[in-house]
Amino acid sequence: MTRISIDPITRLEGHGKIEIFLDAQGNVENCYFQVPELRGFEVFCIGRPVEEMPFLTSRICGVCPEAHLMAAAKACDAVYKVEVPPAGKKLRELLYMAFYVTDHTTHFYALGGPDFVVGPDAPAAERNILGVIAKVGLETGGQVIDTRKRNHHVIEMIGGRPVHPVAAIPGGMSHPITEEQRQEIIAIARKNVEFGQFTISLFHDIVLKNTGYVDLITSAGYTQKTYYMGLVDGNNHVNFYDGKVRVVGPDGAEHCKYAPNDYREYVAERVEPWSYLKFPYLKKVGWKGFVDGKDSGVYCATPLSRLNAADGLATPLAQAEYERMYETLGGKPVHHTLATHWARIIELLYAAEHMLELAEDPEVASPDIRAIPKATPSEGVGIVEAPRGTLTHHYITDEKGILQKANLIVGTTNNNAPIYISIRKAAEALIQNGQVNDGILNKVEMAFRAYDPCLSCATHTLPGQMPLELVVRDQSGEVIHHASQYVAPELLAQFG
Amino acid sequence: MSKQKPKLALYWASSCGGCEIAVLGLHEKILNVAEAFDIVFWPCVMDFKYADVEAMEDGEIDVCLFNGAIRNDENAHMAHLLRQKSKVLVAFGACSYGGSIPGLANFTDREAMFQWIYSDSPSTVNPDGVVPQKSTDVPEGELRLPGFWNTVKTLAQVVPVDYFLPGCPPEASSIEIAVNAIVSGELPPPGSVIGPDVTVCDECPRKKSEKKIERFYRPQEIIPDPDTCLLEQGLFCAGIATRSGCGAKCPQVGFGCRGCYGPNEGVLDHGAKILTGIASVIDAMTAEEAEAIFDTLPDPAGYFYRFHLPDSLLRRKARGNGKRQPVGETSQREPA
Repeated sequence: MTRISIDPITRLEGHGKIEIFLDAQGNVENCYFQVPELRGFEVFCIGRPVEEMPFLTSRICGVCPEAHLMAAAKACDAVYKVEVPPAGKKLRELLYMAFYVTDHTTHFYALGGPDFVVGPDAPAAERNILGVIAKVGLETGGQVIDTRKRNHHVIEMIGGRPVHPVAAIPGGMSHPITEEQRQEIIAIARKNVEFGQFTISLFHDIVLKNTGYVDLITSAGYTQKTYYMGLVDGNNHVNFYDGKVRVVGPDGAEHCKYAPNDYREYVAERVEPWSYLKFPYLKKVGWKGFVDGKDSGVYCATPLSRLNAADGLATPLAQAEYERMYETLGGKPVHHTLATHWARIIELLYAAEHMLELAEDPEVASPDIRAIPKATPSEGVGIVEAPRGTLTHHYITDEKGILQKANLIVGTTNNNAPIYISIRKAAEALIQNGQVNDGILNKVEMAFRAYDPCLSCATHTLPGQMPLELVVRDQSGEVIHHASQYVAPELLAQFG
Repeated sequence: MSKQKPKLALYWASSCGGCEIAVLGLHEKILNVAEAFDIVFWPCVMDFKYADVEAMEDGEIDVCLFNGAIRNDENAHMAHLLRQKSKVLVAFGACSYGGSIPGLANFTDREAMFQWIYSDSPSTVNPDGVVPQKSTDVPEGELRLPGFWNTVKTLAQVVPVDYFLPGCPPEASSIEIAVNAIVSGELPPPGSVIGPDVTVCDECPRKKSEKKIERFYRPQEIIPDPDTCLLEQGLFCAGIATRSGCGAKCPQVGFGCRGCYGPNEGVLDHGAKILTGIASVIDAMTAEEAEAIFDTLPDPAGYFYRFHLPDSLLRRKARGNGKRQPVGETSQREPA
């Protein structure tokens, strides 16, 4: 049997590995997607005061610490049964929208975008942000750097630090912003809205006007019909910070809508001996293996999932683009994994618009951002939408607020089984009769990259494509096929 | 021209990725880094392989910035390899320097983690008691996972380290100091921590007077005065015994320092130093009074050793037989 390993970075790296096995005819027998890391936050945080959880769990991921900060702070609010004053909640959301803008920008321009902007069949060495810049102009590269910089500045203003911000505590925020800072943030948010619109128009010009790309997006190898999960507000609009978790089926019908406290009734996790990362699934549908369809409890939690699970977006520009996407791709829900990139930039525009709304509200600069908890702490669940999926923090404390139990289901973990299925579908479509096409590396990787996976919240590859190596060995272990792609070192000079 | 540039490698072991984001947080200044160095290995970014590093001459890499702790077989393997190939090895960031927050895992053990994560946690459904294995036979062949260690180690506990750059993550200003020192060749004596030897208190603009604490408050219990020292108001702050260079950013947004930049020069055990610092400000005349005040600070070990448990004198929770593990062994394999 021939075995193909796609190992991000190297075989000795600890951050994620794809194994593809071919049968005697050279067709795909099976695939495995392994996560070889574990750090155990749920266990070593036991015994710590629960209010330290926003600080501690931020260290799960240096790419999305803001998501853990918010989910943990909300779980703490629930543990202490305390209502955050409106200004405190708005201030948290303002920080969170700045984070969404910078995170989605990074993914679109540096990771996912190159596949489309430069083209999936372009030489690998060009499929990176340098290639994007070559195609759309140097000024765009400057805009990407500037977008990251100005939004990290907002994160630091509100949260204290640009990476691993603090300031979120049970009952609110530890520090207000000034009126002067609010004005500065308004100006930044306006730039973000313009940048979001620019990104959408770029996507239209380069991707949607190219029928080849649209055909690729809608092709069978990148299509799977699963359940979709996302947080929604009272109007079933997408919400990143608060609301109920809504899940729709492959037919688009609502499967469930649950309050954070009830997550255990709807979500369960499976263990496999060959991966440290568990596989969540919908409990009421059940685990039927690594398959899609209505009878399989596998669900996705991605930007596209959030749009599929909602009835719309609460801001006008993003809503208009949301409607355009479903019109173009044949209605809801959209099952094409690669459309996740489109969904991601619609969310980028939404985050920018919502950030502006929040900044324009004078209340966000109010000093009334804290409520002191009075109730005896016990148990609480906090859920936010991390960029890479629904993020659940569940804590149980003693009567002094000391953590006794913790359960975390993080963004990418939701997508563990769907990533597996996507990789297998793409591999089956691309590897036939032992013919391993040179292009398979990127095409399989594209299936994987659409999820923007952050394995163990540690595999993120910011300024370029995910470096992957593909090795095909025969039974004696000899390499019969070797392909890899890289990001040019000069890239570093272009992206910060 | 590139031949004259010093060769730079960056690597991440067990880490969150925040150190990589911190490097990118140099924003346009990263141009200076790309200009000053020939980057020969950065797996998060570039396609250089483990085999490429293995093929290098010993000492061929001028400087290696290594972030993340050592907690599995692969991390240790790469630490040994990069030590061999690098003239200067820098423990970059709190995890490789002191073990950082993932190092709190040394208060527990592998068995407890596996039991909770793969069996007892409320969303896990695992009637057959499946646990991840180093090797699994599937119908198509064998799948392997790296062995997960019982103990989190710092980089210096596995290989000799030349310099330490503190911070979780290091602030851009700290990274600039390190980069400039390397470029100019004006490095401190080997074994040094790079950065100013001042405390967070020294850099904190909050007003300080003589500290006397009658009790501790937890952050959610009081709304502190915005201009006065947090510790004086009874809020835990490790700034009194923690190295700065961060600009005292956390206390400035009303959140006490948690010690991410580690100890100052000459301090053997950061946790013990924080304890001493805190003990010196409590308003107690008798042991009973002191004990009553300390009773208002829950989980002192988790506060004092937040970032430096693996490299402390405690190092980890004792094994079941109560015996300490040997300290200072540098074997790649963790002790049985």
